[in-house]
Amino acid sequence: MLKIVEKFKIFAPISLAIILIGAITFGVCGGFAQDVDFAGGMTMYVEMGKDINLDELNKLVIDSTPEGVKPTSQKSDGTQVVIKTTPISTEEREALQKAIIEKYELEDSAILQVDNVDATVGGELKSQALKATLIAAVLMLIYITIRFEMRTGLAAVICLLHDILIMLAVYVIFRIPVNSNFIAAILTIVGYSINNTIIVFDRIRENYAKNKRAPFAETVNASIKQTLTRSINTTITTLLPVIMLFIFGVTSIRQFTIPLMVGLLAGTYSSVLLAGPIWVFLKQAQVNRKKNRISKSK
Amino acid sequence: MGKSITKLVIALIVIVLSAYIALFGFNIQLSSWHISYPSALDADNGIKQGLDLVGGSVITYEAQADTATDEEMDSVKNVLRKRLDALGYNEATVSRQGDKKVRVEIPAIQDPEEAVQTLGQTAKLSFRNSAGETVLDGVDVARATARFGQVNETSSAVHYVELTLKESGKDKFAAATAAAASKPEGENYIAIMLDEQELSKPRVQETINSTSCVISGGFTDASDTNELATLINSGNLPFSIKDVELRSIGPTLGEKALETSLMAAAIGILLILIFMIVCYRLPGLIADISLIAYIAIVAYIMAQFRINLSLPGIAGIILSVGMAVDANIVIFARMKEELDLGKTIRASVEAGFNRAFIAILDANITTLIAAVVLYYFGTGPIQGFAITLGIGTIVSMFTAIVITKFLLKQLVGLKITNPALYGVARKGGEDRA
Repeated sequence: MLKIVEKFKIFAPISLAIILIGAITFGVCGGFAQDVDFAGGMTMYVEMGKDINLDELNKLVIDSTPEGVKPTSQKSDGTQVVIKTTPISTEEREALQKAIIEKYELEDSAILQVDNVDATVGGELKSQALKATLIAAVLMLIYITIRFEMRTGLAAVICLLHDILIMLAVYVIFRIPVNSNFIAAILTIVGYSINNTIIVFDRIRENYAKNKRAPFAETVNASIKQTLTRSINTTITTLLPVIMLFIFGVTSIRQFTIPLMVGLLAGTYSSVLLAGPIWVFLKQAQVNRKKNRISKSK
Repeated sequence: MGKSITKLVIALIVIVLSAYIALFGFNIQLSSWHISYPSALDADNGIKQGLDLVGGSVITYEAQADTATDEEMDSVKNVLRKRLDALGYNEATVSRQGDKKVRVEIPAIQDPEEAVQTLGQTAKLSFRNSAGETVLDGVDVARATARFGQVNETSSAVHYVELTLKESGKDKFAAATAAAASKPEGENYIAIMLDEQELSKPRVQETINSTSCVISGGFTDASDTNELATLINSGNLPFSIKDVELRSIGPTLGEKALETSLMAAAIGILLILIFMIVCYRLPGLIADISLIAYIAIVAYIMAQFRINLSLPGIAGIILSVGMAVDANIVIFARMKEELDLGKTIRASVEAGFNRAFIAILDANITTLIAAVVLYYFGTGPIQGFAITLGIGTIVSMFTAIVITKFLLKQLVGLKITNPALYGVARKGGEDRA
């Protein structure tokens, strides 16, 4: 017999530890590593076509940009380099491009990608995503309360928050820069996590209806066991295309798959190992309160 | 049994054929008879490919003011459209984003810097006579309004633009109209110019000594007058616009992004197909056929409605592919349980579906709630994600509940009842079944 509920004392602290480390890193390092999407700034990817001296390029970049924009350049994939600065104007960007193209005798098409973002832009996207996620969470809570009951909804939403927090923590801890693709990844996990959790709760609902006298823990353990194969298989089938994108994709797509993989694993972890036990905990609290009320009224 | 096999074969042919047409399109020509359907991957008629997948520039302009009215932002939008056309970027799209932003997407542009500068300039409105001399400036214009009604007592109701001038422009306009009205036919007009583009060239019949006048004739509907009015109003917007965001992806990188994503998707799906057969045997094969139908339907819908597919959109699709397969997995898991209880295949299929249905419904509706909320409150990338997720969720429910069920029933009708083929290791099971 699977004893997931009894082992909650092991599973929950693992998650909490990751989230806590994330929170501490967040405090120590001063928040997320932000990509230009959120921090504002310019990023330029250039295909140099050959191995170049980075110091030399750095000097060129510093010389051809105005003072105070803190330019840096690094090697990226293969012979690609990525140049970053704080936001600069169109004219300044053009001057920089021209200087690089001239010095290294490149074609126009060597400039692979340019992003220039004002610091104000990211804030809007973030607040939009946050607002939408919260509203979606509330509506899902209402739906699940109608179709199941409130404690199921609460447990599902707690798991949802758990998955998002784990994703955020992994990003903070490994200093992966967050950008707008990261937001898309979080939204994906919002959809996935709830879907996964519902399947487990559907089984709990069914087993509970069959035998209301059985201890909650027993019902939940049985339900988790019955849905375990499905949970694992679904995770595998969803992970397959994501892993392929990670292997074959270009840089931007690969960056996007990392949070997805983290989120998919967190989602499976929470729906299998946390959702049920949280429900037991909430149910037990409900029963205890009722008992207290009855004994008081006596 | 004969009936089942016919149905099964027909269903298979339909699914495979639709999937083929969805992905590759067809083009048949028999002498004068010609029929074709574009591939979903066709750049011009199929799914609209996001600029992060094919290359191009996305530029977001923001009004440099605390607030901007809807009308003012529509003016900005129309000016940008005009300028894009003037620069030859007919493929470009312009859309409002949020309260005071306008998003411009220009596909396949290598060096966007020039476009960024030209587009972001403050609009310059001028009124010129037939000799090309400026007779009135944008600063003299108070506003233009699109209206519908009679312009004089005898005419019928038409669409027209009412132009209101400031006091500063009244005398200049009176002089200009007097001069224009006295000119011969063909030269008796005052051209309204935005930058160097002509917006309208109304003929002047008489001296207009007033701060208000009417431009009429030649407008077929309200959108014509609205466009002219907003463009004239752009000449004296109370703010300038600034490019707050530029994302430019070279065509080389874009092409590579699309190519590699498609390859990754193809391999990923292939692996899913194999995985399902290995895990679930015959039902797994059914799920695979369902998944192919799912991909075909999603491709049709996305191509038909020209839905923009960008990176976040791909995420939505991956997620919904996962869920499409998941619905099948839930059904089969239930079926297996029923089989393990010793029920017949037919009874197990029936019970498996009925029990799984509620779970699938609840799981998908909660996901749909998320998609709708994200679409409603999001813009740009968030909306793109929400659309594909929403379409994917609905289609995945349909394929699992309708197509998978149909195929499985035909299979049972074929009297394939060996539990091993359904992934159940039952000791002596065949005897009991």
